[in-house]
Amino acid sequence: MLDSSLAGPPAATPIDERVRGVGTVRKLLARPEFGAIAGTLLILALFLMSAGDSGMFNAEGIINWGTVAAYLGVIAVGAALLMIAGEFDLSVGSMIGFAGMMMAIPILEWGWSPMTAVLFAFACAMMLGALNGWIVVRTGLPSFIVTLAFFFILRGLSLAIAVLLTGKTILSSNGDVILREAMQADPMVALLFMGHVLTGLFDACASLGWMAARDDGTALAIGIPKVVVWWLVLTAVGAFTLARTRFGNWILAVGGDANAAKNVGIPVSSVKISLFMLTAFCATLFAVLQVADAGSAAADRGLQKEFEAIIVAVIGGCLLRGGYGSVIGAAFGALIFGMVQIGIGYTSIDNNWYRVFLGAMLLIAVIFNNYVRSRYSLGKS
Amino acid sequence: MSDYILQLEDVSKFFGPVIALSGVTLRLKRGEVHCLLGDNGAGKSTLIKTLAGVHMPDKGRYLLNGKEVSLRSPCDALDAGVATVYQDLALVPLMSVGRNFFMGREPVRRLLGVLPVMDHETANRISVEKLADMGIRVRDAEQVVGTMSGGEKQCLAIARAIYFGAQVLILDEPTAALGVKQSANVLRLIIKARERGISVIFITHNANHAFPVGDSFTLLNRGQSMGTYAKGEISKEDLLDMMAGGTEMSTLLDDLDGVTI
Repeated sequence: MLDSSLAGPPAATPIDERVRGVGTVRKLLARPEFGAIAGTLLILALFLMSAGDSGMFNAEGIINWGTVAAYLGVIAVGAALLMIAGEFDLSVGSMIGFAGMMMAIPILEWGWSPMTAVLFAFACAMMLGALNGWIVVRTGLPSFIVTLAFFFILRGLSLAIAVLLTGKTILSSNGDVILREAMQADPMVALLFMGHVLTGLFDACASLGWMAARDDGTALAIGIPKVVVWWLVLTAVGAFTLARTRFGNWILAVGGDANAAKNVGIPVSSVKISLFMLTAFCATLFAVLQVADAGSAAADRGLQKEFEAIIVAVIGGCLLRGGYGSVIGAAFGALIFGMVQIGIGYTSIDNNWYRVFLGAMLLIAVIFNNYVRSRYSLGKS
Repeated sequence: MSDYILQLEDVSKFFGPVIALSGVTLRLKRGEVHCLLGDNGAGKSTLIKTLAGVHMPDKGRYLLNGKEVSLRSPCDALDAGVATVYQDLALVPLMSVGRNFFMGREPVRRLLGVLPVMDHETANRISVEKLADMGIRVRDAEQVVGTMSGGEKQCLAIARAIYFGAQVLILDEPTAALGVKQSANVLRLIIKARERGISVIFITHNANHAFPVGDSFTLLNRGQSMGTYAKGEISKEDLLDMMAGGTEMSTLLDDLDGVTI
């Protein structure tokens, strides 16, 4: 009895004298999304100071820049996961234009039901995404070159096919068929891609005087656009996949060291090809939502979106050479983007400064992320 | 049951006009440490890749437990219990210890009974335990591998191979990039693996590292085997001479007065 009480608890594992404790702050700093969250708070503070009373932060204002962020956020999920796997896709913007055409042409010219046309657009785009990925893994060429080729091919195809089949490059109607009405008439398309959610809540807020109302008593801000819902759902699924699933571990491994991943038996090619298909899926979703919102498809849609998606992923903490990054960070990157793009119009600053600001932010984000990663993740000084 | 757990019989491998391996025979006994020695260009890498299932031999036979096999991929080799720890270790520096340990063979549990997710708790617990068995303490399994020393990484890679049921462990120059103390740690680890009944093929060009741990030695030179010797049959000096191709070494050392390699 005495013996056992003297023995006490089992001896604690001896502590290595060369390892020091890690504080909470340090752990927080080592997270890939830290920079993007800090940046979002900083930008938010800046706009609250310079445009706090301008209408940027009432319901319509928030929905306004939130929608811009959501569109970008949708393609950023794909871009971020692909970048973490060590590749990137410059054909996203062209894919948006192409997918829009692949949806509008069947509805207007061939009389397909809108939902069938939407599925057709997804199928076409994801096949092209798979082709992108297949060429990258088979040839071993940098994805920069392969997807740059598709950047031109798809943009050219969108224009050429549209002109060949319809004689126009902007499609909104053909005879009696009006694109918006046709889509609205398809219950699945209307449910998934059109309109808003929480309209009742917004109207209730308006009737209570918490939000600006129209003359008929409904809220000025109609509700939360569906694109915001898609963005949040995709981000949640992407972040969960990366952090918690086997496939997430494979993505990190493939991007961190493809050779190592291959040697432990991870199907490197399949992982990469499936992520190229994911970026194509995201681009098509962007296109469908945009066509539903605009009521037209145009061959020049999605210009520069590939760069914006990459910028957002980088601001979100993704390393350009892969192996490290965050989907949540990319969502915050998209939020920064939306706030700056729209918010600058609420201030007295000339709109042209937007791009200057964006470029500077990209540079700061990369330098900051590199510094934080080497100092706090790898422990180098 | 065959005396040998792994055999290469008269194996040749060609790359176009290049004869990378020519009639090499290598026989690994159960539970022995078999050192494969050779200078640069001797064909060590080709031999490892043939053993690991990366290359198929163009001529000759590959036997495991006395049965002829044809391994078409590294996965086939792993399934057959032949694990290779390459010089690059197949570790990803920016991933955590737990994620690296189970890379490609992640433990899965069902979240809420349905959703298959990676079981990080199990992965972290087992990786810390197995590293502790090897005498490596990690502060936590969330630590990224990039913060570990070269010796610790080597141990992690070996611990991983053993955990996943390697019967034959092929170590590709595990001490090449390490300091004196860390090399000693890795050599101790090789002895530990042998104590557990694992057969080890230890590839090195350092006879000083091979001699204390090896039970038998096979020498490669210019794609050919120069024979296999048991520990008692050969001295370290003979090993060195044969690796360097016989007389060259003694002439080389004449010029460098007082140097021993």
